Amino acid sequence: MRTNKESLLVQTDRHLLSGREYRGASRIDGPLVYMRNTHAVGYGELVEVTSPDGTRRAGQVLDTSDDAVVVQVFEGTDGLTLPGTGMRFMGEPLTLPVSEQMLGRVMNGLGKSRDGSAIPHGEAERDVNGEPINPTAREYPRDFIQTGISVIDGMTTLIQGQKLPIFSGNGLDHNQLAAQIARQAKVRGNSGDFCIVFAAMGIKYDVARFFTDSFEETGVLDNVALFLSLADDPSIERTITPKTALTLAEHLAFDKGKQVLVIMTDMTNYCESLREIGTMRGEIPSRKGYPGYLYSNLAEIYERSGKISGRSGSITQLPILSMPNDDISHPVPDLTGYITEGQIVFDRSMQARGIYPPINCLPSLSRLMKDGIGEGMTRADHPHLSNQLFASYSHVKDVQNLASVIGEEELTTLDHQYLDFGSFFEKKFVNQGFDEDRSIEQTLDLGWEALSKLPSEELQRLTDEEIAEHYGK
Amino acid sequence: MKERIVGQVKRVNGPVIILKDVNDAMMMEMVRIGEQQLVGEVVKLYDGQATVQVYEDATGICPGDNVYGSGMSLSVELGPGLIGTIYDGIQRPLEKLMGASGAFISRGLNFPAVDHEKLWAFVPTVEVGAIVHCGMKFGTVVETDRVLHVLMIPPSIAEATVAQIASEGAYTVDDIIVTVVLPNGKEEKLTMLQRWPIRIPRPVAERLALKQPLITGLRVIDTLFPLAKGGTVAIPGGFGTGKTMTQHSIAQWCDADIIVYIGCGERGNEMTDVLREFPLLVDPRTGQSLMERTILIANTSNMPVSAREASIYTGITMAEYYRDQGFHVAIMADSTSRWAEALRELSGRMEEMPAEEGFPAYLPTRIAQFYERAGFMKCLSGIEGSVSIIGAVSPPGGDFSEPVTQHTKRFVRCFWGLDRSLASSRHYPAISWLDSYSEYLGDVRSWWNEHSDGAWQLHRLEIMELLQKEVRLQQIVKLVGPDALPDSQNFILEVCALFKTAFLQQNAFDLVDRFCSVEKQVKMLSVILDYYQKGSEAIAKGVPMVKIRRLKVVQEMARMRLTIGNDDMEAIDKLQLRLERSIDQLGGIYEN
Repeated sequence: MRTNKESLLVQTDRHLLSGREYRGASRIDGPLVYMRNTHAVGYGELVEVTSPDGTRRAGQVLDTSDDAVVVQVFEGTDGLTLPGTGMRFMGEPLTLPVSEQMLGRVMNGLGKSRDGSAIPHGEAERDVNGEPINPTAREYPRDFIQTGISVIDGMTTLIQGQKLPIFSGNGLDHNQLAAQIARQAKVRGNSGDFCIVFAAMGIKYDVARFFTDSFEETGVLDNVALFLSLADDPSIERTITPKTALTLAEHLAFDKGKQVLVIMTDMTNYCESLREIGTMRGEIPSRKGYPGYLYSNLAEIYERSGKISGRSGSITQLPILSMPNDDISHPVPDLTGYITEGQIVFDRSMQARGIYPPINCLPSLSRLMKDGIGEGMTRADHPHLSNQLFASYSHVKDVQNLASVIGEEELTTLDHQYLDFGSFFEKKFVNQGFDEDRSIEQTLDLGWEALSKLPSEELQRLTDEEIAEHYGK
Repeated sequence: MKERIVGQVKRVNGPVIILKDVNDAMMMEMVRIGEQQLVGEVVKLYDGQATVQVYEDATGICPGDNVYGSGMSLSVELGPGLIGTIYDGIQRPLEKLMGASGAFISRGLNFPAVDHEKLWAFVPTVEVGAIVHCGMKFGTVVETDRVLHVLMIPPSIAEATVAQIASEGAYTVDDIIVTVVLPNGKEEKLTMLQRWPIRIPRPVAERLALKQPLITGLRVIDTLFPLAKGGTVAIPGGFGTGKTMTQHSIAQWCDADIIVYIGCGERGNEMTDVLREFPLLVDPRTGQSLMERTILIANTSNMPVSAREASIYTGITMAEYYRDQGFHVAIMADSTSRWAEALRELSGRMEEMPAEEGFPAYLPTRIAQFYERAGFMKCLSGIEGSVSIIGAVSPPGGDFSEPVTQHTKRFVRCFWGLDRSLASSRHYPAISWLDSYSEYLGDVRSWWNEHSDGAWQLHRLEIMELLQKEVRLQQIVKLVGPDALPDSQNFILEVCALFKTAFLQQNAFDLVDRFCSVEKQVKMLSVILDYYQKGSEAIAKGVPMVKIRRLKVVQEMARMRLTIGNDDMEAIDKLQLRLERSIDQLGGIYEN
């Protein structure tokens, strides 16, 4: 056994050895490279991998022991050879140089320029893995963000500092919705210093293009930092993209005091990359082959949002994920729903009926809504109104089921009134234009207009005063 | 803590570390790793090697790093100052951590759980020469306005004589308060502080039968599926069904003396919400702030996974400590699924053979061990205290057939199943009256009957029967429409619908409705059943159901949970009288 003095020597040695290059890998398997006979390498250290042709790639230590080190290479292992692969262990975790000038730039998943132009020097170096925010240091988010979209503002209100994912499916309008939110979102009475961090994981070029075009048209592109790891980039790069993006977001929000909206799409691709690495390392899988630590891993991403007391900035997350086969119980949406503060759920049948945004508000939820709405924030009648709309709309579904069995003719008058309400609610309240920006008052008034299709004694979740003030007006 | 080196790091794989050159490490010993002094625990020993699980992020740990032993198992500090504090999973006070590392939690920090500087007003209760036994009280300290902290002889001392005791005055937790002489002549100096290993239950004299209900203020729970003090309950539900809200409500309004709230792998903002809300809320029974009886443990989902595994034990050990002082303690564990997943993750990293869905084969044993630490006990000192466990379960995909829900059901005696369709229509608390059950009905029957003039048992049975009938009728309605049913049966649907909105639903944000007193619950149920009785009679006389339903007083009933105060029993009596009169009037018209 070593004494303290000896171990101090080992520490010093390690410092001196970091940065030294080793050549010759012992095994390459997918994105993982195994190397033997190195000095003692720290867990999670940043690695610079040199390929035989001299290009450099970034990697990270996944497993370290006396005799071998396992490194995952973010830019993929294409072109590496066993004898020709070089490695330098940097003695520190993967960091990102962050600066305000990164706004307006297009970068890859590691924060390097995608278009060849130089990225400005960072003002600070940050560990991309971040550190957990102390729950006692958090400030409870309660500032209402007006997105201008009725079904979100009225029913699943977005709050500054919230993480609210969009559960969508292939071919649904989630990109349009995310772009519309990015364009219209504002905190009322406070213009704030607003900016967007956009992280793309494994999405198609066209989709990335749609977002850049949309940002450009509205003139916000200078206020957007894009981290793109597209479908044809190495899948391993996707596992680091959201972390890089959030590292910049944390800098902008908590050091620079900006209100940051982080859009991440598509989280399902991110999870699939994790599964890929897990399988390759021979880990014991849990549900559907996803690694057992998927929950913790997703939490490390989603929990990097919120507000810190005493600092003016905030990070609001809007992750987009596609539910494979529209299955909300699939591990990715399921685990996400357990971490995030609610969810916005898309419904294919609503899109088929031409309703935009095709949000089914019944399974949708905003957990932070309760403290961000009502008197002084939106309007006094908002909490009860949204509650009533939920209850009534959920009854519409029962009536529709009944009607499909016994036929609409057999329904009672009250049931018909419910159907009228339902159709008004979907076509007028939920449905709106891609460019339509409704104020919260317009939204709430529309809600009352919908409820006025029902007899007032059905509105048990509203107080008599509220009914007297707004009903049928 | 750098004196004793127990081994060197051989391999690092996330939160699991293998040590080499190990000879004197203990099983479950707490260790510190590397120069950063990260906290870990020895979980396996073999062939000069040890497996250690690390309670902090392992980045930067190298093979060859020294590992230092502490000589004791992972344990918690127990003494005055716990109440009102917020801890992480291994009992580090988060506010102190914030003072040291700012808004983000750095690694390798170490703080004592309670304030060692603060002076507490000590009052002795034994005299020099007295014979004391383990668990016996030797003094008290006012911890908060409502908690009189009892200082006890630690369980390790079976019998001793008091040789010296401090006089009344202010002391810190490190000051020696009592000196006792053991029968073998050895002296022991005791402070206000005790340490106890988290994985070992604190000893008690005897387990007692459960007989009192834990009143939660939620009608659906208290009246339909009561939990006994010292009992265990699981609340399973998919995301968004209101597990956390239900837990919060119970933590706020239940009649336990002490609450230990464990946020195990849940959202950071939720814990902030509790932190922000609890100090402002006032206990309806004592008029004091709720924080004065609450200990919080926040190991949010992005904090290290091993600490999440430990958080449950940290919580229950503190609960047992207060139980030994004679308090009734309730633990909220939100959520035990995250804890089970932490077990799975660690087991996977240790390359153990998995059982169902990747969970280790010892999962049911661990769940059972945890829930068995609840109970209504006769403590070592002879007084009675209880620990009740309310564990949330988050089944993936809301599917109750998954291993954690299934195994939990085997070891709890009460089950409050949350229903997604109820939550979607914003029926909160979304506790399903069809899936839920309570095995404590028999245990608490006499208590409840005493508090409801003997009505509770019958009324409960009656309404449960109606709800069962409703299910069958609803099936018919779904096929042929409501018009096909006679009014007498339609009226059952009507009464059940009213029961759901007027009784089962509860608004956690309404100042009146968020808590419902026992008396009000009893009265409300009796009014609703009276409505059924009188209404059925009237319908038999030929009164159309629509007429009854449209009565103004019926609308009032639907809102009585919001409009009538918790001790305004007269108002409910009046309502009942008017209801009876209105229906009688209607009956009168149609009889002629």
